[in-house]
Amino acid sequence: MLGSAVPVPADVAVEPAMPDVLPPIKVRRGLAGFVYRHPTIAFGAALLIAMLSIAVLAPYLGTVDPTALSPAKRTRAPSAEFWFGTDMFGRDVYSRVMYGARVSLTVGFSVAILASLAGLAVGLISGFVRWADGIIMRIMDGMMSIPPILLAVALMALTRASVTNVVTAITIAEFPRVARLVRGVVLSLREQPYVDAAVAAGTRGPMIILRHILPNTLAPMTVQATYICASAMIVEAILSFIGAGTPPSVPSWGNIMAEGRALWQVKPFIVFFPAVFLSLTVLAVNLLGDGLRDMLDPRMAKRL
Amino acid sequence: MKSPLLEVTDLKKHFFVHSGALGTGGATVYAVDGVSFTIDRAETLALVGESGCGKSTVGRCILRLFDITSGQVMLDGKRIDELSAGALRPFRRRVQVVFQDPFSSLNPRMRVRDILAEPIRNFRLATSRAELAARVDRLLEVVRLPRDAAKRWPHEFSGGQRQRIGIARALAAEPDLIVCDEAVSALDVSVKAQIVNLLYDLQQELGLAMLFISHDLAIVEHMTHRVAVMYLGKIVELAPKRALFAAPKHPYTQALLSAVPVPEPGAARQRIILKGDVPSPINPPKGCRFHTRCPYAFERCRAEEPALRATAGGHLSACHLHDLPAAQNPLAAAA
Amino acid sequence: MPLLEINDLQTHFRTPDGVNRAVDGVSFQMGEGETLAVVGESGCGKSVTANSILRLIPEPPGKIAGSIRFRGVDLLKLSDKEMRRVRGNDISMIFQEPMTSLNPVLTVGRQLGETLRLHQRVSRREADARAVEMLRLVGIPEAKRRLGEYPHQLSGGMRQRVMIAIALSCRPKLLIADEPTTALDVTIQAQILDLMKDLKAKVGAAIILITHDLGIVAEVAERVMVMYAGRKVEEAPVEKLFRTPRHPYTQGLFGAVPKLGSSLAGNLTKLAEIPGVVPSLKQRICGCVFATRCASATDLCRQSAPALELKAPGHLAACHFAPKEALAA
Repeated sequence: MLGSAVPVPADVAVEPAMPDVLPPIKVRRGLAGFVYRHPTIAFGAALLIAMLSIAVLAPYLGTVDPTALSPAKRTRAPSAEFWFGTDMFGRDVYSRVMYGARVSLTVGFSVAILASLAGLAVGLISGFVRWADGIIMRIMDGMMSIPPILLAVALMALTRASVTNVVTAITIAEFPRVARLVRGVVLSLREQPYVDAAVAAGTRGPMIILRHILPNTLAPMTVQATYICASAMIVEAILSFIGAGTPPSVPSWGNIMAEGRALWQVKPFIVFFPAVFLSLTVLAVNLLGDGLRDMLDPRMAKRL
Repeated sequence: MKSPLLEVTDLKKHFFVHSGALGTGGATVYAVDGVSFTIDRAETLALVGESGCGKSTVGRCILRLFDITSGQVMLDGKRIDELSAGALRPFRRRVQVVFQDPFSSLNPRMRVRDILAEPIRNFRLATSRAELAARVDRLLEVVRLPRDAAKRWPHEFSGGQRQRIGIARALAAEPDLIVCDEAVSALDVSVKAQIVNLLYDLQQELGLAMLFISHDLAIVEHMTHRVAVMYLGKIVELAPKRALFAAPKHPYTQALLSAVPVPEPGAARQRIILKGDVPSPINPPKGCRFHTRCPYAFERCRAEEPALRATAGGHLSACHLHDLPAAQNPLAAAA
Repeated sequence: MPLLEINDLQTHFRTPDGVNRAVDGVSFQMGEGETLAVVGESGCGKSVTANSILRLIPEPPGKIAGSIRFRGVDLLKLSDKEMRRVRGNDISMIFQEPMTSLNPVLTVGRQLGETLRLHQRVSRREADARAVEMLRLVGIPEAKRRLGEYPHQLSGGMRQRVMIAIALSCRPKLLIADEPTTALDVTIQAQILDLMKDLKAKVGAAIILITHDLGIVAEVAERVMVMYAGRKVEEAPVEKLFRTPRHPYTQGLFGAVPKLGSSLAGNLTKLAEIPGVVPSLKQRICGCVFATRCASATDLCRQSAPALELKAPGHLAACHFAPKEALAA
């Protein structure tokens, strides 16, 4: 109790203190607190950072040249020498999977960034220019009615296989989603009283967009970008798997699986390892996205 | 003769709402349908009415947040409803706004300092960084917020404090007229009193004119000089405050005043309970718009729309009953 | 035996930044057919108290402690199944927002009939007949036709009437109305308040009316309980409370409310302000909860919490310095 408590006069009724009905909650601050409050973000981010490290540090992770052929050591099972075994050309699957992370992550991140930028530009125009809105949105609807994989396959058929072309094709297939989202957010933000107040305060159109609209679209856009990143990695793997994606000279999880496909029943490990890595990476990105959505969505955040 | 600060003449704002699967169908919402009033310098005019009567739309028309359908809005003798966005800018400074919702009226991603600096920069009211900072400090002082509020974010403040920030932003442009759109309606009782007092003091000290849009008659009585009562897009009665609260002339005003619960247990009062609901502004009743709910409606009310005109006691009122001789007039009998 | 007897009700919530003591030690009683108003500002715990009575608090993160005796039975000790039988049957509730508390995809008739059929085991035809009767009772014209309509076809005032009809359909002993007219316009509010007064005479249910509007309290309530920061600070019969409020918070509240017609009396005084803000409920408050905003708070107030004391017959207040009337035996 308080040391310097004033004496309570005899005729004053004091309420007895009531105990708490819940155990005290330790308020955690700093990194530990963040992990405690947002376990999905923490786990997703940790897994993604691990994958990124693999991609960056691939040459130093005990790998050999992923394209080096050694016909004498074909289709070896996983062992101390070949951790994930070797494929039908005797290439080290472990090295190929490690290097393959580079393609997946490059494609994932590039598409996420490019699709966000393109979607943001189109969405802003659509949300602000009334007459263009109808036309743009019908085009976007048309593009979204084609499954992204089919659209990407069709686009790849027009060019030659390269990572850049894969990124371009998937970006075109994915950005209408962002455009649609940004347009919706812009239309609702335009109705916000603070935007009206800014108009009354003499702020010009471009500044309204830059200062009041754009910063408030970033949160939902970031969440959408993570989902697009995950989707792009899967589409890239599929394209490579059916031979319409990354050229065979560059190892990617998709084309490693494609090459192991013929031997799936006898040497399942060739397909198994890249598949596991792809799944883990997509899981990481999706967890991150879910976590961010919960953190940035005020309705979810208000949840007790 | 000096012109009033704001003169609104026969203001109309109709919205077109699309409907149907292809957006082919549609209907016109007669949100504001011929509203006229003036506001003098340093005067507060209250616009009262129930939801959907068009009072907020009037405020937005004056702020030129959208174009009006017809009519005139004159600021200081100059028509501003026809000005282009560029030509309007000098006039924008002179009319500012405080909104109802203290949460959505501040950009969550701007610090208080930047929120207050925005109008100062836009209208070039400060010549240097130091002067800008000094002005922001002064504004915070005027609305009785601590100086360190400048570097904080809106979400760190309570509803009442946010409303103070909103008021400071309106004052930053050094306006002549402030439109208060339900500025205290969303606040708790004790905080509401703080903000009402603040607005009242500011008006006295700075000689501001105010358009005080509200549905709360008790607050309106506290805040204003004159009161305009709106019903379905029209002003039905306009009178100096005391005249209106002492002897309302229009049957709607009478019902509205009698419907407000008074914090006095056992107070003996004649309450006029109106039948039914407010009709839709998409298809307003012909004749007097109030006739569907008016306890005194007679034949003429259903056919002919009454004009707003002077009646006894400095009132403007739009009701056919005023034409009836006193002996037949239920209003006179009730009074 | 009182109809409802609440003792030391505590409703706390777990939040990431501490325990939120939304309701912290509230006790009160209600007799049959009585109307009690619970007044306070947002966050004072008045709605949480109401939801606790019907056990509508999700546990976890919430936790309800104390006892809530309804006709002698502690509701906190009932099983979920037994509790469902109480809700809507013995105790029912009306909420603030009539749009969200009605199911938009079911007709009015279905929603009314469902409550009846669930609790009273009547046939469909009988339920329909009772539904029409209920709609007539709450003053809805063309009741038969309205049964087939959906909530969005009704106006706000009509929806609230339907809510009242549903709430009263099983003849509850206690009706909890949580800000029933806050979302409505003044003229519609007047209709609903009139209806509630009228129905009270007809149905005879006890009513707990939760509101922040002192005007409504004065018009409807018999007894008033004032809450602040999760505690009950004052309770009195309505005339007594309005004539001589004894807690400084209640006094402040009365001063802060503008009265209609005050300009006619001549001198319009400024509204009294209660300075400062409500304290956070996530910190343990030693002493009086109102001490931080009270003009006459002393060290005693800041260090020891005042107990609710009988200051006059039937008039409880939790303040060390509230004047006491000589209590006649």
